[in-house]
Amino acid sequence: MLTSVALMTMDHRQNHLDTIRASLSLVVYPLQYLVDLPSAIGHWASDNLSARATLQDENQQLRGRQLLQEVRLQKLYALEAENARLRELLNSASKVGEQVLIGELLAVDQDPFRRRVLINKGSDAGVFEGQPLLDAYGVLGQVVEVTPFTSNALLITDPSHAIPVQVNRNGLRAIALGTGEAGRLEIPHIPNNADIQVGDLLITSGLGRRFPPGYPVATIIEFEKDPSQPYARVVAEPAAHLERSREVLLVSRTAEDPLP
Amino acid sequence: MTLIRHHGGWVITFTFVAALMLTMLPLPDWAALFRPEWVAMVLIYWCLALPDRIGVGIGWTLGLLLDVIKGALLGQHALALALVAYLTIHLHQRIRVFPLWQQALFVLLMVALNQMLVLWVKGIIGQPPGSWLYWLPSLTSMLLWPWAFLILRDLRRTFQVR
Repeated sequence: MLTSVALMTMDHRQNHLDTIRASLSLVVYPLQYLVDLPSAIGHWASDNLSARATLQDENQQLRGRQLLQEVRLQKLYALEAENARLRELLNSASKVGEQVLIGELLAVDQDPFRRRVLINKGSDAGVFEGQPLLDAYGVLGQVVEVTPFTSNALLITDPSHAIPVQVNRNGLRAIALGTGEAGRLEIPHIPNNADIQVGDLLITSGLGRRFPPGYPVATIIEFEKDPSQPYARVVAEPAAHLERSREVLLVSRTAEDPLP
Repeated sequence: MTLIRHHGGWVITFTFVAALMLTMLPLPDWAALFRPEWVAMVLIYWCLALPDRIGVGIGWTLGLLLDVIKGALLGQHALALALVAYLTIHLHQRIRVFPLWQQALFVLLMVALNQMLVLWVKGIIGQPPGSWLYWLPSLTSMLLWPWAFLILRDLRRTFQVR
């Protein structure tokens, strides 16, 4: 009894127990792997057993998309070059590239009152605490716990998560808080006369130095002005497919980005 | 003598592993709230059936594994399950002769106590769930207890776990 209380205080106050947790997670990992196995087999089977025609179809579609994106990419290169040139003219440091590691979610449930996911990459793959997590559509969350083979990430909808954001249209800065509900973020302390519209895109502002700047976070879905309240009620919907993506991107910066 | 008395330890291990896996099994969002406390139920059963083999120590260890699985503070489930194991062993002679539905009520009480302790710890570190739905696992554990009990008893008798 006393041991557990001591353990809890130590775990809460300090980080001495990381090694214990990591070694215990090695015991648990086979179980987590087993639980994930059926869905992994399902994915494997659907990948391997799909008909030739479907594959050809998909191939064609992907080729079309590839072409489209290459065209866009060329435009982007041009813009990037222009951007660098302009920055040089302004005499400010240019943005530094980011390195990306692809991880996969393990189909494992945890506490239903928190929004956390388990990723199949751990410290052996170079994952570190505080690493931002993205999917193809936007920011997912950040890594909070790293063990040798897995890591635990907090989604942006977790009630204890907050992420510094910026309205893409006019640069207004704010903080987006998780609510614990899927698909809902709250933005507190926005005055009633703030220039925010439903449909505005929120992007990471890069303040706080945890998330790289410029990634989409959410779109505003509700903006209610109540004159009797000091602040407006603003609700946003995450851009990332929080409950649907299986592949995630773990971003690490090669060098510190300059603040925007 | 000891060889005969300790028989079928792998069955016990298997049930605990199954309970831990059921705890992790992905469920749709609405169903995840109803997930019974499998580990607590299996622990209560073995404490009732074999109080001389399964005890506070095993409950504590299981709780520690549960903490790692749920990404919770190390020790909160350990504390709760150790208490559940202690109380069950303390009362096992009375509980054993109860009819199934009374046992189910006892399980409700134990799982609720388990959840209460976890809730306290969560409250102290400032992450309370803040919803009455938090207590649903106690109810589902109670409702599923008769079946869990029968399955575990059959397992114990078939493999003659002593």
